[in-house]
Amino acid sequence: MSNTPVASGSAKKRSRSDLPLAVLMIAPAFIGLAVFLLWPTIYGIGLSFTNFNLLTPPKFVGFNNYIRMIEDPMFWNAAWVTVYYVVVNIGVQTVLALGIAVLMHRLTQSMIVRSLILTPYLVSNVVAALVFFWILDNQLGIGNHILVSMGLERIPFLSQDATVIPTIALINVWRHVGYTALLIFAGLQTIPESAYEAAKVDGASEWQTFWRITVPLLRPILALVLIRTIIGSFQVFDTVAVTTAGGPVNSSRVLQLYIYNMAFGRFQFGYASALSVGLMVILVVITFLQYRLTRAGDTDLN
Amino acid sequence: MKSKIATLLALTTAGALLTSGCAPARTDDAGVIDYWLWDSAQQPGYQACADAFEAANPGLKVKITQFGWDDYWSKLTAGFIADQAPDVFTNHVGKYPQFVDLQVLVPLDDLQATQSINDSDYAPGLADLWKGQDGKRYGVPKDWDTVGYFYDEKVTDAAGITREQLLSMDWNPEDGGSFEKIIAHLTVDTAGVRGDEPGFNKNSVAVYGLASEGAGGENLGQTQWGAYTGTLGWSPLDKNPWGTRFNLDDPEFQKAMAWYYGLVDKGYMPSFEVFGRNSGSYQQVAQRKAVLGMNGSWMISTFATIPDAKLAVAPTPVGPSGQRSSPLNGLADSVTRFAEDKEAAGKWVAYMGSHECQMKIAEAGVVFPARPEATQRSVEVRREAGLDVSPFTVHVEEGTGFTLAVTTNAADISALTVPGFEAVFVGQQDVSSLTELNSQINRLLQLTQ
Repeated sequence: MSNTPVASGSAKKRSRSDLPLAVLMIAPAFIGLAVFLLWPTIYGIGLSFTNFNLLTPPKFVGFNNYIRMIEDPMFWNAAWVTVYYVVVNIGVQTVLALGIAVLMHRLTQSMIVRSLILTPYLVSNVVAALVFFWILDNQLGIGNHILVSMGLERIPFLSQDATVIPTIALINVWRHVGYTALLIFAGLQTIPESAYEAAKVDGASEWQTFWRITVPLLRPILALVLIRTIIGSFQVFDTVAVTTAGGPVNSSRVLQLYIYNMAFGRFQFGYASALSVGLMVILVVITFLQYRLTRAGDTDLN
Repeated sequence: MKSKIATLLALTTAGALLTSGCAPARTDDAGVIDYWLWDSAQQPGYQACADAFEAANPGLKVKITQFGWDDYWSKLTAGFIADQAPDVFTNHVGKYPQFVDLQVLVPLDDLQATQSINDSDYAPGLADLWKGQDGKRYGVPKDWDTVGYFYDEKVTDAAGITREQLLSMDWNPEDGGSFEKIIAHLTVDTAGVRGDEPGFNKNSVAVYGLASEGAGGENLGQTQWGAYTGTLGWSPLDKNPWGTRFNLDDPEFQKAMAWYYGLVDKGYMPSFEVFGRNSGSYQQVAQRKAVLGMNGSWMISTFATIPDAKLAVAPTPVGPSGQRSSPLNGLADSVTRFAEDKEAAGKWVAYMGSHECQMKIAEAGVVFPARPEATQRSVEVRREAGLDVSPFTVHVEEGTGFTLAVTTNAADISALTVPGFEAVFVGQQDVSSLTELNSQINRLLQLTQ
């Protein structure tokens, strides 16, 4: 009893002496965050209120860039093209990845299969895009040669507006599906085996097990995977830049490409910053809605 | 613990010092002129010039660096921003007005070696292209180019089209004249029926009479339709250089465009879908998928590499004006304001435009040098190599070349014209949509004057 005040006194002393060390420990991460994330973001938002060509000093123009953005048909076209891409890309990718993950979980434990499924992800985006660009070339591509040898018509996959976005979306599905499947697979392993055993005892079919046990218990993981892949999907750039550069006409001019050309082709860094802020707002809204709608923070496991 | 953190901090600081230490390490030591160009085929010629220049100017060295066209402009942009730009670089009329606006070029009138450059030493019109709105000179002409049709004489002989026919083609926007008759005859469908014969299947063409070079929005039809619209007496701008009003709303012009893009519907020229964006007239002619491939004189040495072909060049057709026509363009060398020794850079630019270096370029036989006497030599070099290039030079001799449009805000304008013309080419829009495109461009020019 008599020791208590002494003990609390020494605890107080320790907490005081811990503070500088704690600050020191956090400092590298915080400085990194501030220098490489916070400052560029604030600076970028600041630039969006100026006319700036990077070589002469920025000129403040108020909300002019945002007014221009709202009136710019190319911006809205780019936004719709991007949304179209995301819907095709994420739709196909998520269904495929879920299928692959469940098959890996329920059918095989083979490490070789798991590694094979991940291999496309090891290829760089630009290389994957270039390879598919030549495979799908209308004249020289092996893809079209196979179509012709089967007696079908050639399909100008990347040079007609009807097919260009689905084609680019599927190229990226090919590259990312294995990785997404692996993430979902990790989620599947958190589902207790006892739930499946109980379902088996109750005589549920594999199909019923999938819909009644796997999908509901996987929901939080699936929601987080979706948030991550959708944000990534909105940032599509390299595949488009390599295969179509936005064409034909504007049918594959996605937002990131429009922003890039605005900044580095036309030296309008102020307007390009405003467009980037526009993209950021779109992403924040979509992520917020997704988080709320899928209740990604809760789990049904308890 | 504390010592560990101190070590960590020391390490990071050292890292930061190392990286920042790299940045200002510029490659140009004293007396070295850093020179950039994009055409690898021209590098040997300019290396010969550089060797002679170094011999004549002890203490000066020229370091030539070559990048492909696309990398070239992004590297240059990055160089201007990061203060890593070359001292002297090959410039293009479509790009230099923007560099003038960005204040990265040195007016050559301010440099001793280049202030006495004489316009009349060069092919007519070339030197004027390189004078800014302020009347100052931003580039010394180094070469010029016009367009013509490259073809394999073996193919035209087999089709029964003579060289005389190809040398005397005429054109009009109604029925395309004898030019259209020739490309119709050169077109063959997969069943072997020619484009001017009954039973021709335009939906299954094996060989097109005329190669496609895309819609032509970027350089206003330089290698697509400029040669035809030029014979209407039409020019893209109210004045060149530094015009402020485009003429894409001219009904005569739109009629010619309807004729040109209509060749796709007739089956004489491949549609955008067939070859996509990566395959131009060179690839189509080389693959024997097209017969006449319009392209610029800068492509002579590239076309000459097509195996088993008897390469020949035909001039652009005579149009309603009674004359031929061709876009005429020229490159020039510019000095950047990042050059450490601007006077030395000016000397090198002046030397590249001099008689001595231009004759070396003529001997290299890749492009037509800007000086008439050097052009003459270049034509002889080509003739010795077995190729008649008079279809290109005829435009300079007869004064039928018209210079490419030079305006401010070129990048913003091509952001409108590239998709605008492509929409007509792929059939998304009618030619009348060019009127709307025109008013968008004019409004842009008005707002930025």
